[in-house]
Amino acid sequence: MIDLTVIWACIIGFAIIAYVVMDGFDLGIGILFPFFKVGQDRDTAMNSIAPVWDGNETWLVMGVGGLFAAFPLAYAIILPALYAPMIAMLLGLVFRGVAFEFRWRDPAHRAFWDRAFTTGSVIATFAQGVALGALLQGITVDGRSYAGGWWEWLSPFSLLTGVGLLVGYALLGACWLNWKTEGGLQRQTVTYAGRLGIGLLIMIGIISLATLRLEAQYYQRWLSFPGVVATAQVPLATLIVTFLFYRSLRLKRDAQPFFWALALFGLCLVGLGVSIWPDVVPARVTIWEAAAPVRSQLFMLVGASIMVPVILAYTAWSYWVFRGKIGTEGYH
Amino acid sequence: MDAIILARAQFAFTVSFHFLFPAFSIGLASYLAVLEALWLKTGKGVYANLFRYWLKIFAVVFAMGVVSGIVMSYQFGTNWSVFSDKAGPVIGPLMAYEVLTAFFLEAGFLGVMLFGINKVGRKLHFVATLAVALGTFISAFWILSVNSWMQTPVGYEIGANGQFLPGPSWLTIIFNPSFPYRLFHTVLAAYLTTAFIVGAVGAWHLLKDRCNPGARKMFSMAMWMAAIVAPIQIFAGDMHGLNTLEHQPVKVMAMEGHFQSHPNGAPLILFGIPNSAKQRVDYAIEIPKASSLILKHQLDAPLKGLDTVPQTDRPPVGIVFWAFRVMVGIGFAMLGIGLLSLIARWRKALYDWPLLHRFAVLMGPSGLIAVLSGWIVTEVGRQPFTVYGLLRTTQSASPLDAPAVASSLLAFVVVYFTVFGMGIWYLLHLMKKPPEAHEPPPSDAPIRSAGITPAPAIIEGASA
Repeated sequence: MIDLTVIWACIIGFAIIAYVVMDGFDLGIGILFPFFKVGQDRDTAMNSIAPVWDGNETWLVMGVGGLFAAFPLAYAIILPALYAPMIAMLLGLVFRGVAFEFRWRDPAHRAFWDRAFTTGSVIATFAQGVALGALLQGITVDGRSYAGGWWEWLSPFSLLTGVGLLVGYALLGACWLNWKTEGGLQRQTVTYAGRLGIGLLIMIGIISLATLRLEAQYYQRWLSFPGVVATAQVPLATLIVTFLFYRSLRLKRDAQPFFWALALFGLCLVGLGVSIWPDVVPARVTIWEAAAPVRSQLFMLVGASIMVPVILAYTAWSYWVFRGKIGTEGYH
Repeated sequence: MDAIILARAQFAFTVSFHFLFPAFSIGLASYLAVLEALWLKTGKGVYANLFRYWLKIFAVVFAMGVVSGIVMSYQFGTNWSVFSDKAGPVIGPLMAYEVLTAFFLEAGFLGVMLFGINKVGRKLHFVATLAVALGTFISAFWILSVNSWMQTPVGYEIGANGQFLPGPSWLTIIFNPSFPYRLFHTVLAAYLTTAFIVGAVGAWHLLKDRCNPGARKMFSMAMWMAAIVAPIQIFAGDMHGLNTLEHQPVKVMAMEGHFQSHPNGAPLILFGIPNSAKQRVDYAIEIPKASSLILKHQLDAPLKGLDTVPQTDRPPVGIVFWAFRVMVGIGFAMLGIGLLSLIARWRKALYDWPLLHRFAVLMGPSGLIAVLSGWIVTEVGRQPFTVYGLLRTTQSASPLDAPAVASSLLAFVVVYFTVFGMGIWYLLHLMKKPPEAHEPPPSDAPIRSAGITPAPAIIEGASA
């Protein structure tokens, strides 16, 4: 059944994917930042994302704005439920966002803003991971509002997903720098990418198994026959993509590892979809229950179907302008 | 302190801080577009230098605007979830349009605008600058439409579950009765805010070196803005006030300090201390019947007071009353400096009148203060409702415990004052440097341009 609500769920899903694809690597660079040599290496890493980070982060606003507009009930339930991680994420994004400009403005305190960049990136990433975990493990809903306490999000599982996302974004960051840089920094990031790949695979395994135990719905979706024939393809594909990822690293490819790493993320999101579809608050509220009226969704769909392709076009153009290796010149 | 007051304080704090940056960057983006256009047209180096000078400042302001703005898109949900659930179907799509048509446009072209001039060439770079400037305006359009709908809600239906649902016409919702006035008044305010900052920076450097060509040019441009836009703004403000009187008379009562009704012409209270407990303005200095003259264009026109409004439907009077006087006072000071600048031009002393320059420096932050005051007038004046007359603030908040809201408020206060405090310090530092004949490109720190044609060489080559 394809209706407006399903289309909007897909658009928001797309915004989340776009966000992970684009902001994942620049948060990852923030996470890895302290391991890069002060000076040239750090400047290059920063310059590789300076012209695009702002656009990348806009997808986060698109995701949450779309949720507000198309599924206001879900927005109204989820954000209070994830209060602490959301506030932490926002404050983290404040620190890392301004660091892009401030570190150049104030050489005397560059070390401070570099730390702010890393701390902000780590907090924002960890909070996003925790938020995902908290949603998956189920939140207390009563009528049209959140009914749990302000620490409900905190659990071993949500901490685990937080760490998982840190590893994942760091991997994307390493792969991005492998693509965009040369010399010592590139060699360094290739090493990191290799280790982080193993780390991510382990995290995916643990989190997947832990997810099955959270709700009966998840367990049934994945393991009951005959659905298991289809769902088993997801872990299988994950193994294949992992193999291709390491192969491209071994062949010293520049761009390929980044895209294989993205494919790993894509499979995680597919897995997430298998678990929760068609819920917008997992195991609590379906997309239809939370949906805004047809008039709202239709009005936005007109805008989205015109603007999203336009946005993608000029975003692509912007990446194209700053294509290729960063080298040493920098364009900051 | 209850959770509602804390949530209100948090929203007021985060939105006020945020508003400072777009209020500056809306005008500054347009100013940059004008400078670049003039440079493309005339080829004069002074415009290119001023462009690069203000571009560095713009980058810092914009970064702070972005990060403080992302916070706002979550504040509705984290602290005002019941409001979000109820009003989401109407205002959510407008905010989604802001993201789709404005945020992406700004963000997508900002990178090219800041760092791309030697990669895309001058014309395409100018397009990028225009796109960013247009983005800031479109953003103001949508968010002010949302805000105006909360002030003057029309075109909605009430759903069975208590939600506000959109009626048949989105245009009715978007162009709700207070929107055109608020948009015009706010965008002009943003232009004036920028003009007065630019003017103050120009004046500051003129006081040190009255021959600096960059300082002269920016001071002159800013003073033209003051002379032309300030009177228009006072007129626009008056129109907006009349519109408010029509749709939100209670807000005007608070602005005027009219606790009592005046059947035979209401006085204009210039100053005084509103005393809500005693329902009067203490120590009032007033002009008899002038308020009726301004609001009704008739000396003896009756004006209702807050005594006609139930106690539970009244906004806080003191804050609205004072914020309104600050805003209006600044407006007239702006008009004054605009007139002085015309006299100075006529006497050919625009660059040689230190008193005028000192006045301009003093007025530097005036636009920001006026914008915040105006915002306080309109937002506090809307209380005790979130959706005026329909949804009470007390029935809009998230089901959160006070400690949760208090700790996040504390975190925002600490982080904002630290981060944006330093950011503002960097801005002042950038403004302290005089505009030079060979203004370096944005972000002068990482000059690692060996062997590559740096942006300034291209600009100077073209402008030579």
